[in-house]
Amino acid sequence: MSLIESGLLLVAGAAALACVGTPLSSRASQASRTMLSGALTCLVGLGGVLAGVGALAGDSWSVTVPRLLPLSQAVLAIDPLSGLFMTLVGAVAIATGIYSTGYPHSHDHDHDHNHNHDQTPDAAGGIGSRTVQAALPLFAAAMVAVPAAGNVTTFLVLWELMALASLVLVLAEHRARPEVGQAGVWYAAMTHAGLVAILLGLVVFANAAGTETFAGMRTASVGLSPATRSLVFLLVFAGFGSKAGLVPLHVWLPRAHPEAPSYVSALMSAAMVNLGLYGVLRVGFDLLGGGPRWWWILVLAVGALSALYGVLQAGAATDLKRLLAYSTTENLGLIFIGVGAAGMFAAAGDAPLASLLMIAAVLHTVNHAAFKTLLFLGAGAVLRSTGLRDLDKMGGLAHRMPTTAVLFGLGALGASGLPPGNGFVSEWLLLQGLIHSLSGAGAPDVAVAIAMPLAVGAVALTAGLGVAMFVKAFGVGFLARPRSAEAAVATEVPRSMRAGMALAAVSCGILALAPLALVRSLERVLVTMPSIGDERPVHGAVELQLSGITGSMSPVLIALGLTGGALLIAVLVRRWGGQPRRTALVWGCGGTRLSPRMQYTATAYAEPLTRVFDDVLRPEHDINITHHVESRYLVESVTYRQRVSDRIENRLYPPLLAAALWWAAMARRLQNGSVHRYLAYGLVGLLVVLIAVGVTS
Amino acid sequence: MNTVTSWAVLGVVVQVLLVVAGAPVLVALMRQVRARLEGRVGAGLGQPWRDLRKLMRKEPIAPDGSTIIFTAAPAVALSSMVLIAAAAPFITTTSPLDGVADLYAVVSLLLVASIALALAGLDTGSAFGGMGSSRTVTVAALAEPTLLVAGFALSVRVGSSNLASLVEHGQRAPGTILSPATLLAAVALWIVVVAEAGRLPVDNPSTHLELTMIHEATILEYAGRDLALVELGSAMRLAVLLGLWGNLFLPWGVATTAGPGALALGVVVFVVKVAVLGAVLAASEVFMAKWRLFRVPELLAGSFLFGVLAVSSSFFLA
Amino acid sequence: MLRLVHRSGRIAEPALPTRQDALGNDSADTIFGGSIQVRHVDAGSCNGCEIEIASAFGPVYDLERYGVRLVASPRHADVLLVTGPVTRNMVDPLLKAYEAMPSPKRVVALGDCARDCGVFAGAYGVQGAVSDFVPVDVTIAGCPPEPEAIIAALRGLSGR
Repeated sequence: MSLIESGLLLVAGAAALACVGTPLSSRASQASRTMLSGALTCLVGLGGVLAGVGALAGDSWSVTVPRLLPLSQAVLAIDPLSGLFMTLVGAVAIATGIYSTGYPHSHDHDHDHNHNHDQTPDAAGGIGSRTVQAALPLFAAAMVAVPAAGNVTTFLVLWELMALASLVLVLAEHRARPEVGQAGVWYAAMTHAGLVAILLGLVVFANAAGTETFAGMRTASVGLSPATRSLVFLLVFAGFGSKAGLVPLHVWLPRAHPEAPSYVSALMSAAMVNLGLYGVLRVGFDLLGGGPRWWWILVLAVGALSALYGVLQAGAATDLKRLLAYSTTENLGLIFIGVGAAGMFAAAGDAPLASLLMIAAVLHTVNHAAFKTLLFLGAGAVLRSTGLRDLDKMGGLAHRMPTTAVLFGLGALGASGLPPGNGFVSEWLLLQGLIHSLSGAGAPDVAVAIAMPLAVGAVALTAGLGVAMFVKAFGVGFLARPRSAEAAVATEVPRSMRAGMALAAVSCGILALAPLALVRSLERVLVTMPSIGDERPVHGAVELQLSGITGSMSPVLIALGLTGGALLIAVLVRRWGGQPRRTALVWGCGGTRLSPRMQYTATAYAEPLTRVFDDVLRPEHDINITHHVESRYLVESVTYRQRVSDRIENRLYPPLLAAALWWAAMARRLQNGSVHRYLAYGLVGLLVVLIAVGVTS
Repeated sequence: MNTVTSWAVLGVVVQVLLVVAGAPVLVALMRQVRARLEGRVGAGLGQPWRDLRKLMRKEPIAPDGSTIIFTAAPAVALSSMVLIAAAAPFITTTSPLDGVADLYAVVSLLLVASIALALAGLDTGSAFGGMGSSRTVTVAALAEPTLLVAGFALSVRVGSSNLASLVEHGQRAPGTILSPATLLAAVALWIVVVAEAGRLPVDNPSTHLELTMIHEATILEYAGRDLALVELGSAMRLAVLLGLWGNLFLPWGVATTAGPGALALGVVVFVVKVAVLGAVLAASEVFMAKWRLFRVPELLAGSFLFGVLAVSSSFFLA
Repeated sequence: MLRLVHRSGRIAEPALPTRQDALGNDSADTIFGGSIQVRHVDAGSCNGCEIEIASAFGPVYDLERYGVRLVASPRHADVLLVTGPVTRNMVDPLLKAYEAMPSPKRVVALGDCARDCGVFAGAYGVQGAVSDFVPVDVTIAGCPPEPEAIIAALRGLSGR
């Protein structure tokens, strides 16, 4: 049995066990149910990784099951592109599964939302319920299976299964907090709106191609008219872009991710949004075989806008999980900048550059999955340990939760795009691809000459602001002293949670130091995208060297140089200056009433950047001054509140929602409750049908 | 190991030693220039090394509640500066560490040094440290687009962003130095050098008012040998930035072959270039006051505009 | 402004040939090796001494040429320069500033008020002289002391 088959069998078996086990496990203890759920998720992940690795190694596999789905067949077709995404999702599922076994058992404080009960895992709803525990492996299984789908029906069924399972998981804690219900509604509405767009696009495509299997659509796509192809692409891009969290369809991300349990947020942010990218790659590059340049300029523009907007919102965010959610938008924006640029150069016929940019985009997807998993799992650890999501109240966690702090720091290093982190490698590749766009042979045209510098500027500003954002998240959250009582009593999380985070951290490390191990497999992915070609743009062992373009960079050398140099300097300096280090109270200008509350908070840290970009962010300030009873000249207390809400949501969505409500109000007039009117409708309808039949026959 | 490689390695060693030893002298030179223009005598060229020597003998202090980030950050910041000094083409372009000499890698290493100190500033648990840290990352984030876009402008002509290639191309084709693209990039990068090195009008390195500090506020808690490492790191940052600017826009004299004569010439020319640039910078600071913090983003946005113009002109006026 | 620079030329007073600290000794403290950083604390002075300090660090007297520099943070400082008698509200800040300095450190009491409360001795806000609170190494007498005296004392500490 090949690797792919054994992997798929594992996934199917674990998913079936999850479905079947739910009603049967009501007698089992909470601990064993949690363990089972986590273990099944791990198995699903393992299956996905096995199948994906098999596909990346070059195997292809397909199967057609005729009577499984009504009106159609179930077709699975796995090639290297699907293999990559299956591996990605599988790896995230493994780490998350291990993590989730410890999650309900860590002490839940949940003070943040003024609910004073410790939500025990045996409560009727919540993360301990059997529905949620069954949904987790099912969600993972659906995500692993989506890239394996080989025809439109299977794809859509699996996509919807994934959406429903994730909705159940997002709503896991709805009894504990009312905001969860709101978040669930937004998420459900937007994911289904995206589904409608994808459905329309794929149905138009399948109708024009005459067949609904991907293989058939691929061969038939050359015969489609440009208008049909563009329509399909736009619809599909809208639907998949919404799933990927691209602006302006991203508004579900910062609502759903903070409210979902943290391991679910990790699965969603690190695995599910990548399936949006998968959809665009599959339909845009594989099935449609590439397209005219304006498609890719649109993708590039949307990517750049998402990257900039995401990083600005994340920079101003003080809720840790909201920050991470906007960071997902930002990273997906960077990935789509790469995809758009790759498409532009593929349309122009410049295969080496297109393949370099596509490798950069896909490598960044993998890197993002690794560090985003780690970051969300870390945020979950903090939340379980302190009940806090608000960075302004955290601090000093490095002393109380050292392992979590180190692991979160590694994730933040990767996310910030600094060497020696893993984000740096993919951002370097992306920049190399973008800057070599103007120096090829022959004069590049105006569109490229205008788009590329702006794209480089966008990537650079995103990188710079991303660094600021993660210094804030890590520095304010973990360093110095605790800013609140909850942070002061934090304890380290259970071993399983740490193990899940450590697994993600190890993969970040491997990606940072040895990215070439992955690049080989990624090049096989490029083969599935014919317009990109089968170039080998990146080679080298210790050093990344670009072929056809002069450029090289060695992540290992940088990492060794930095760490080795720092150690050497520390040792030398200790030898030269021998005085031992003393610990003393922090210098506060001699003031005698220094408290940890006088430390810089996350709001304060982000204030200069918020002020520079206040046209985009529009922060709302609320200042309440309580005067002294005896005199208005004396102030008793001042409360300052800053709120940065999502401006795109505030501007774009209320008009749409108002229009929908108006339309619904209009439609209500038809249905006013009068039985006589309904009977009249029936009569009129019957008459119209009779007349029509009479006329047409 | 053949002679060429051993000369290359020697070149790297000489480069590192020169930058490490010469950076405080550069700072002293700038202070002397400023002192003489103000009518004072000044402390002499050896003063920063005297300061460093004394600091090594003093007691280092860590604030209560800080973590290992506070104690390790100076070493990490200095180490990234040493790595840049070893890899970038200051004296010779034949460094065996060519794999690190990419323009973007060097820019990221500069950012690593700033971020290490920014984290340490937050770790102190004082409001000054947080303020300095916040302002440092703001300036660094806003300077990043200019750096990368100006780097783009420079690498278009050469087809590579490898620093050694950029320097060698400049030497081979001196006409390109006077092209509009390179001149615009030079202006943009000069503004970024001033911002990243923390000089007037972005930051005043000798201010005593904490509310006007950017870099100084971040390191307000450091003492003893930690402070010595931080000071040496800042001096090296200035030397590295001026050296990079000088070698990108005035590339003559950098050794392209590994040999004793070329290396010696490279050393002399580098020292002269950096000294002259430092003197010019210091003299210009005499005529300026520090700008309000929220005018600095406007300055950096203007430099970004210069960078974009540089790229456009490298295409349209190729 | 270039004309101003050109016109003024060098306006610093010439250096004294040998260094003599405030006690008239020629030998100097060599522990600092030619470099001291000074942190000034005003414990309650009338600001007359501050004007003389500013003058000593100004272009005419130029203390920087002897390796002396004013710094903002006591963590960066070697010498604590205290002026004025120690008033009630400045006792804690003065002690905190002294504790915040890394060793080896020295304290200089500048002016008659720092030495023995000067004209403010016995006032209701004054707690005592500087030496009542922190160990003083060098005292500079005068109300206010001349810049030359300040220079001599600090040169004795810096060793240049």
